[in-house]
Parts: sequence; C-alpha cells; structure tokens
Amino acid sequence: MASTACFVIVSKNDIPIYEAEVGTAPRKEEVAYQHQFILHAALDIVQDLAWTTSAMFLKSVDRFNDLVVSVYVTAGHTRLMLLHDSRNEDGIKSFFQEVHELYIKTLLNPLYLPGSRITSSYFDTKVRALARKYL
Amino acid sequence: MIGVGKPKQYGNVLDKPLSRGRQEVSLSAFAFLFSELVQYNQTQVDNIAELERRLEDAGYAVGARVLELLCHRDKGNRRETRLLGILSFIHSTVWKVLFGKVADSLEKGTEHEDEYMISEKELLVNRFISVPKDMGAFNCGAFVAGIVRGVLDGAGFPAVVTAHFVPIEGQQRPRTTILIKFAEEVLRREARLG
Repeated sequence: MASTACFVIVSKNDIPIYEAEVGTAPRKEEVAYQHQFILHAALDIVQDLAWTTSAMFLKSVDRFNDLVVSVYVTAGHTRLMLLHDSRNEDGIKSFFQEVHELYIKTLLNPLYLPGSRITSSYFDTKVRALARKYL
Repeated sequence: MIGVGKPKQYGNVLDKPLSRGRQEVSLSAFAFLFSELVQYNQTQVDNIAELERRLEDAGYAVGARVLELLCHRDKGNRRETRLLGILSFIHSTVWKVLFGKVADSLEKGTEHEDEYMISEKELLVNRFISVPKDMGAFNCGAFVAGIVRGVLDGAGFPAVVTAHFVPIEGQQRPRTTILIKFAEEVLRREARLG
C-alpha cells in the first residue's frame, strides 16, 4: 500500500481534468504542490515516449528522489499519471485499466465536453475505492 | 409476473459494464433522427457552408468517443501511432461498427503527399436524402467527414476532412469520397518515425 500517491488525469490539451491524492499518508500542503509540479514536469517525457510505442501502459517514465511517475496513455491521448513510491507494477497497471474504463464511460456521456473537468463525485468515490484496492 | 426477466438496473452509469450491447440499430429510426438533425440545423443557418460546418461538428463529437471506445473494446488497448495504422483503423474497424461493412476503398492521393481518400458507393447517411438543385454541392456526408476528423484529431493526426460527390459514368447516383488532408506536423512526425 503506497504511502504517497498522487493521481492526475491530463487531457490531450495538457489541461488536468481530474486530480486526487490517493495515498494513505496524511495530506501535507507543501508536499501536494511538489507532487503536482513533478507530474507536470514529466509531461514532456510522456509526449515523446507516447509516439514510440503502441502500448497504453508506459510504466515508469520519470523519477524524483524515491518517487516514481507511472503513466498510462489512452487512444485519445488522455494521460493517466500516477506519482507513487511503491514498486507494485501489476497493481498499478490494473488500477490504470479500471480508471480507463471509468473514463470511457464518462466520455460516452453526450453532455460531457471532452477535455473539460470531471466533476462527478461518484467518479471521485470510485477512483478512491480503486486506489485503496490496487495501490 | 411483472419484473421477472427484467435486466439488472444499475444505480449509476459508471457501474454499468462496457459490454458490446446489441450490435444493430433500426435503420429507419436512424434515418428519421438524422433527417431531423439536418432540418434543425437548416433553420439555424443562412448558408450552406455553415450547415456543413454544423454537421461536421456534430460528427466530431461522435468521432472522439468512437475512437476511445473502439480502441478499448476491439483493439485490446493498443494505440495507433502510424498514419497507415490509423487510416486502416478508420477504414475497417470504425466503418464496420458504424455502418455494418468496411469502406469500399482507401486510396492515397496522386497529386499531394498529404491527401488520402476513403470512397463509398452510397454513404448510409445519404441513402434517404435527396439534395435540391439550389443547394449546389452540399453533401450530408459532412457528418461522416466530421466523425473521421474526430477520430483523427483525437489520435493526434490533425487533418481537414471533407465529403465530396464524385460522378461515375454508367451510374445514376454519384459516389461519395471523404477527402482527408493531413496537417504539416503529421507528415513531419511520420518522416521522423521512419
């Protein structure tokens, strides 16, 4: 179970559409900003890496001290990014796949504008439950 | 007894499984819906170019969703990174799911490097539509062009997509061609990827 884990969904236009701190450690303000910064800095690497492979799960793309950034890119170039300190790759892959399915179901809503923020509280509840289960 | 055999009701749409569902939808229902869509847009605009743009925008929203859904369902979570890959994805998978058959042909343009054409003898959306003479070259296939543009744009291949009628000698109704013109950056990236 990861003690720090910051999960962000970034749309094709590099705008974060969903963010959540899903680790078990108590939330600290300074550290939260640092997590966001690390994830945004990793976006460049993801962009280059995404065109070299046709797989969706890109494993770990960047490191910062002992924190690792893992990324999963969907067909529409929406990036699911996770900043964590665990080494459980299978758990992370399953987590990404489940959140991907949730994202597709959200996208299929004709009233949802692709690239806009996901505000559904039920979506938030489900993501946190999945994080508890897999991470 | 009432309620026996009722399908399971889900509390929230996020709980419903992403199953294939029923593969077929009534053609007449779709034709009605599409004709209403065109008529509604006709009342909102003054000229043909604006009407085509609105139909294209409607198709764009469909294309963006179709890309994500089909890559997940039919392609086992593999993305398309190459030009030919995404074109054959549209030509076979997307066409098969939307219209029940693969597109008639996929050709590369002879004059320009960045042009490709998908041809169809009779587009499904045009089957019950007749265009009056005073509307000139208007083609309701703009909706399908929008779908293709949505798929390409979502996958990272920005392009200008238009639908044209191509008269064929010996046949009464003209063929429809979807013309895809890719942006500069797509060709540059393709060249870089080798």
